[in-house]
Amino acid sequence: MAAVQDTAVVVGAGANGRPAAQGRWASIWAKHGAGYMFLLPWLIGFFGLTLGPAVASLYLSFTSFDLIRAPEWVGTANYARIATADPKFAAAMQVTFLYVVLSVPFKLTFALLVAILLDRGVRGLTVYRAIFYLPSLLGGSVAIAVLWRQLFAGDGLINSLLAQFGIEGPSWISHPNYSIWTLVVLSVWQFGSPMIIFLAGLRQIPTDMYEAASLDGASKFRQFYKITLPLLTPVIFFNAVVQTIDAFKAFTPAFIISGGTGGPINSTLFYTLYLYQEAFGNFRMGYASALAWILVLIIALFTAFSFLTSRYWVHYDD
Amino acid sequence: MTDATMSSVTAPSSAPLGRRGPLGSVLVHAGLIAASIAMLYPLLWMLSASVRPEDEIFASTSLWPSSIDFASYLRGWFGLDVSFGRFFWNSLVVSVLTVIGNVVACSLAAYAFARLRFAGRNFWFAIMLGTLMIPYHVTLIPQYVLFLNLGWVNTFLPLVVPKFLASDAFFIFLMVQFFRGIPRELDEAAMMDGCGAWRIYWKIMLPLSLPVLATAAIFSFIWTWDDFFGPLIYLNDMNTYTIQLGLRTFVDSSSTSDWGGLFAMSTLSLVPVFFFFLFFQRLLIEGIATTGMKR
Repeated sequence: MAAVQDTAVVVGAGANGRPAAQGRWASIWAKHGAGYMFLLPWLIGFFGLTLGPAVASLYLSFTSFDLIRAPEWVGTANYARIATADPKFAAAMQVTFLYVVLSVPFKLTFALLVAILLDRGVRGLTVYRAIFYLPSLLGGSVAIAVLWRQLFAGDGLINSLLAQFGIEGPSWISHPNYSIWTLVVLSVWQFGSPMIIFLAGLRQIPTDMYEAASLDGASKFRQFYKITLPLLTPVIFFNAVVQTIDAFKAFTPAFIISGGTGGPINSTLFYTLYLYQEAFGNFRMGYASALAWILVLIIALFTAFSFLTSRYWVHYDD
Repeated sequence: MTDATMSSVTAPSSAPLGRRGPLGSVLVHAGLIAASIAMLYPLLWMLSASVRPEDEIFASTSLWPSSIDFASYLRGWFGLDVSFGRFFWNSLVVSVLTVIGNVVACSLAAYAFARLRFAGRNFWFAIMLGTLMIPYHVTLIPQYVLFLNLGWVNTFLPLVVPKFLASDAFFIFLMVQFFRGIPRELDEAAMMDGCGAWRIYWKIMLPLSLPVLATAAIFSFIWTWDDFFGPLIYLNDMNTYTIQLGLRTFVDSSSTSDWGGLFAMSTLSLVPVFFFFLFFQRLLIEGIATTGMKR
């Protein structure tokens, strides 16, 4: 960074009659150089690891590529096959949408409910908050997925608990109708971080609004529907978008619980898991690139849709 | 969006919906305690399964082992061809290097965005925010091809080098927000005294930004420690496995035989994250509340 100080000297010299062109370059450098020096690592990363690869991936999605031979141009064949002739893609889409539609609303409802209970001056707030947050922090690890695999196994802990009430549970993870639910429960178990965001949002609601409402005789329920919920919609919106995008990208739990297969009968074949299998199991890199771009498209469409509809239900007045 | 959630969550609550009666209060606590037990039960059960005799693991739903025995830890530690010591060491190396890379590279970029004037700053800032939206799957395959051709597969380089190029743009955003809150008078005074951009960054911004640097460091560590996808793709040689890959191999090779050892190693793998939870909880919770981080 000594260069920055050196150029300052050069600028001074330029003013004293050096060739004008050199002075101009030096003064441009003095003005903008430092910024670009600090930005350099990120710029290299952006071009080398984001923009370049993104363009390459778009190209690869129109090729057949197995890592060994050079990519071979196949036009839109990959996309055509995805759209019309790939039952596994259809299965993956179905599983992923089911997971999103089940896990996000349950998780957010639970998070909001607990946040509201905690917000009303509960004693021991910090202890409860810590306990509820812990699963969010640990939940992404393989250890928790391993634990889940045991909890919901045929002879697992959940069935042992149920047996004490005389209920004989199925083998949850190896039954195609239930396996997705074990993943939904795992996601809902991690409601802690949206809960913390809800708590922060609830703190923003001025207390005098509630005081005025209760003077006017509004019931607690009414206060919730007329004050809390509308004022919290920006936070609900934010949480919903973040959690949904995250759910589209979920990978580890499904991989561990199904042993990497997405089974039984593709019932836990998350989109990312299918993409991984195509790319790193079957080495169909071109096809997997097309799958990646479809995922981008889905996430982009979803995000655009949420922002467009948000003006009808998200309350922004301040 | 972040403004809406920008309050300190640790401020005392002011009972917005009015005070509850004693009965209501008891009911609320009963509900919260029941929920807490349900949340913690699986974790505590795993902890107790890791120290109880093997034949008792599936016979008991209680959390209290009949006798405490650390044999599963020893069995688990040496349960694979490569010991778990190696996996823990590998995870530690990758995580620490990631922390350094993220803190250094992201703070450099954040300083440029927050404080320096240069042509195209707003343009690059918008691009940086745009990269936050792109799912990593789009760059995954070309990056893999790149690192494969560089001969970096089965080394930690593909996991670590991108961090030194500020690939976790989220932390740039986090730091920009913080840097903007530092009074400008400080840098202006330093500039009067002849300090260059580098000295201001090093002597003023960084020392005043320890909270945000710590938040970034802790989240980097936890996310890297827990990362499964990256190591799964780039590390195939068992000697290079991180703890998450080690666990996965263990569960595949011994899913029906050594549950005690598996739970023991799973429990151990959670210890570093739990440590951060215990000692830096406030920083973590504030980080989430102010920025909406997902975990």
